[in-house]
Amino acid sequence: MSTATEVLEYSVEKVREDFPILKREINGYPLVYFDNAATSQTPQQVIDVIADYYSNYNANIHRGVHALSQEATDKYEHARHTIQKHFNAEKAHEIIFTSGTTHGINLVANGFASLLKKGDEIIVSALEHHSNIVPWQILAEKTGAILKVIPMNQEGELIYPAFEELLSEKTKLVFLNHVSNALGTVNPIEKIITKAHEYDAAVLVDGAQAAPHIKADVQALDVDFYVVSAHKMCGPTGVGMLYGKEKWLNKLPPYQGGGEMIATVTFEETTYADLPHKFEAGTPNICGGIAFGAALDYMNTVGFDKIAAYEEELLHYATKKLLEIDGMEIYGVSKEKTAVISFNINGMHPYDIGTILDKLGIAVRTGHHCAQPIMDFYKIPGTVRASFSFYNTKEEIDAFIKAVIKAKTMLA
Amino acid sequence: MSKSIQQIQEEIIDEFSMFDDWMQRYEYMIELGKSLPLIDEKYKIEENLIKGCQSKVWVHAELNGEKLEFTADSDAIITKGIVAILIRAFSGHHPSDILEADTQFIDEIGLKEHLSPTRANGLVSMIKQLKMYAIAYQTQLK
Ligand SMILES: Cc1ncc(COP(=O)(O)O)c(C=O)c1O
Repeated sequence: MSTATEVLEYSVEKVREDFPILKREINGYPLVYFDNAATSQTPQQVIDVIADYYSNYNANIHRGVHALSQEATDKYEHARHTIQKHFNAEKAHEIIFTSGTTHGINLVANGFASLLKKGDEIIVSALEHHSNIVPWQILAEKTGAILKVIPMNQEGELIYPAFEELLSEKTKLVFLNHVSNALGTVNPIEKIITKAHEYDAAVLVDGAQAAPHIKADVQALDVDFYVVSAHKMCGPTGVGMLYGKEKWLNKLPPYQGGGEMIATVTFEETTYADLPHKFEAGTPNICGGIAFGAALDYMNTVGFDKIAAYEEELLHYATKKLLEIDGMEIYGVSKEKTAVISFNINGMHPYDIGTILDKLGIAVRTGHHCAQPIMDFYKIPGTVRASFSFYNTKEEIDAFIKAVIKAKTMLA
Repeated sequence: MSKSIQQIQEEIIDEFSMFDDWMQRYEYMIELGKSLPLIDEKYKIEENLIKGCQSKVWVHAELNGEKLEFTADSDAIITKGIVAILIRAFSGHHPSDILEADTQFIDEIGLKEHLSPTRANGLVSMIKQLKMYAIAYQTQLK
């Protein structure tokens, strides 16, 4: 073997050593963590950064004259630059720290309340996390705008021609996820963004499920807003980012009032701070922001190309093995999908299967995955969802398959 | 003389003590879940549905003399097994006895995790509902 191929090789054993939680046992079995789409695990490198923050330089940022505050501010702003670089934003102040994807979506939806008028149209996709449809329903109610939905097909893909038909001069905003959390479908966001821009509509992409697998380049995509959560990409919970093009962020009013977001305040008038602070009211999750940066550094060190290639291998391996089980039904069979498998067996309740898998140390998600419209489409109460990450192994998939067969036998 | 709730619970604990591991316990529960027609189809209606997010649970209550009788069901088989156990313990007693009874025995038979308030299976709400019925019928009996 040449040294060149050795460099390219991916060692899952080595990567696993970075994740202390993977050594845990659950109910006497080695933990098999296949609920990565809900939240990912945290490598020691990120845990160390969190411990270092609280051990050495915990202080409030952007306001102190003292050394600790300066250090914390520098690290926090450094993390913003790391995020900017990762997503290839043109400017650092186009990166807004949020508490997560949900916060980012609400921030944009709330901002558009002052930009929309009655009869304007918002297009959302049928593949959304249902809690993320609510902000648009509220927005529509507030402004008199109309919500339209891009339908999906049996494979779990958006029907692109139907999107083109929904678009018109009235369309002001398009919202969709880059990757569906329930099915793993990768949506054709490039095409959708280009087409929406022909009508001057803004596009907000929910990248929560894409970011752990695909390195999005916001300039190449020409996307107007892109939101993610750190906890799905090896970072801590309660922090995320909203990328917004400068021109859009300047147009949107602030979301919350408070410290950090103001320039001058008198009782007559307040002038808002410049970007990004206009949208960062109050003391943020400082440690979380810094750790988010560390998580991106970690993932980039592993390498997104390797992550994608390896996860694809896991997906194919698991899909093939699952389909050998009698009565197996997999939902979401798009050729373009991330390492997520949503399935049911012979009308067995997903909750029952999940309960037995848990007894065998295997963590999966069961239920409707906050995507009720998708479950309604397939006329099922929910699915069992196994979602893989780059630290999972084929041996774990073998254990999972064995457990699924065991559950099936017990429940039959 | 019919058995008290306490006695029935002890009987159930006895039965479960024969099993060595979780798998046998679960297989037994699944059997219970499968074998019992727990509720008349006509009572599987929206008003009797307890929404537990993932598995659905239906409960129907009826007064028979001074005894309150429950029938219930679930769409998930493991949940249904536990429903069967709970019904066996609680159904056919005076409302005030039902109100006093606790669910400690579920812990003792190794199924505690199913009655955790954070588990989305509807069982905790079901027990609450049984007690609500008991309160309502107790008032009616007075
Ligand atoms: C596609 C998608 N959007 C949004 C969210 C919500 O993310 P958060 O809870 O971190 O705000 C999730 C999380 O499950 C998701 O999968």
